[in-house]
Amino acid sequence: MDIPYTVELRRDTGLNNGKIGIWLFLASEVMLFGALFASYILIRVGAPTWPRGDTFLDVPLATLNTIVLIASSVTMVMAWASLMRRRFGTFRIYMGGTILLGLVFLVVKYFEYSHHIHLGELPSTNNFLAIYFTLTGLHGLHVVGGMAVNAYFWGPGSKLWKTNPVWFTNRVEHSGLFWHFVDLVWIFLFPTLYLL
Amino acid sequence: MSDHSVDSMTGDHAVDIDKHVRVYITVFVALMALTIITVAISRVHLAVPLAVTVALLVAIIKGSLVACYFMHLISEKKLIYAVLALTVSFFVALMALPVVTFFDGYWIHQ
Repeated sequence: MDIPYTVELRRDTGLNNGKIGIWLFLASEVMLFGALFASYILIRVGAPTWPRGDTFLDVPLATLNTIVLIASSVTMVMAWASLMRRRFGTFRIYMGGTILLGLVFLVVKYFEYSHHIHLGELPSTNNFLAIYFTLTGLHGLHVVGGMAVNAYFWGPGSKLWKTNPVWFTNRVEHSGLFWHFVDLVWIFLFPTLYLL
Repeated sequence: MSDHSVDSMTGDHAVDIDKHVRVYITVFVALMALTIITVAISRVHLAVPLAVTVALLVAIIKGSLVACYFMHLISEKKLIYAVLALTVSFFVALMALPVVTFFDGYWIHQ
């Protein structure tokens, strides 16, 4: 049995079901990160002193990662736009670029983490590092998840383009929505953790 | 942009997509500029309340650009807006909880 409303729009919502599904999922993600941000505020305002982010963290590296993630959002949306223009070859270049930029983000994060661990700065060291590792760790897992889905659409999942290009384009758009959300979370994490 | 998700591949919306691509590039440049501004402001070492306000303001502008243009929220269907309105109301309540907790003691001791 075919999944209904993957291509055609529902009359009552004006949307395909995939898009409603991804937005509901993103709503739950907002609450997940929201709970952690609320915890951060609670811990910070309750602490007698709180270190500036740059006393522990590497701002230039995090700035580089911000630029990398924003660039990956652009390549992601360009991958979708390429499919809308029926240019599959261009799609693969942009999608490949998105995956590579995600990898660069994770490599930079690896260097940051290993530096902290080398210095003995662990989540158990203080509340600042605990919330830093929790928030960036969860965000990093989201980057890994997004990369896995994007890699699937770049590789084996792209077979769908030959049989049902509209459905494939919709799926890439939905995966892009998740990827932009991951970028959006980082846009708030960066000043909150590194600059304040 | 959700309006384009099904029938745009026929070519009628090719010009539209070209316009969108130009917008994406403009938004990218704006995001880069705002990132540099965020880092530059942090080097001024403002008082914490002002630094938090400015940093969050710039982050909100950047986030809005991503949501409106990359996530196509500037031209979405009503149902998506309804889902987001509900999400935002719960999110605001969630953010208010630690603030209320902080001021709880303040009002008692007044």
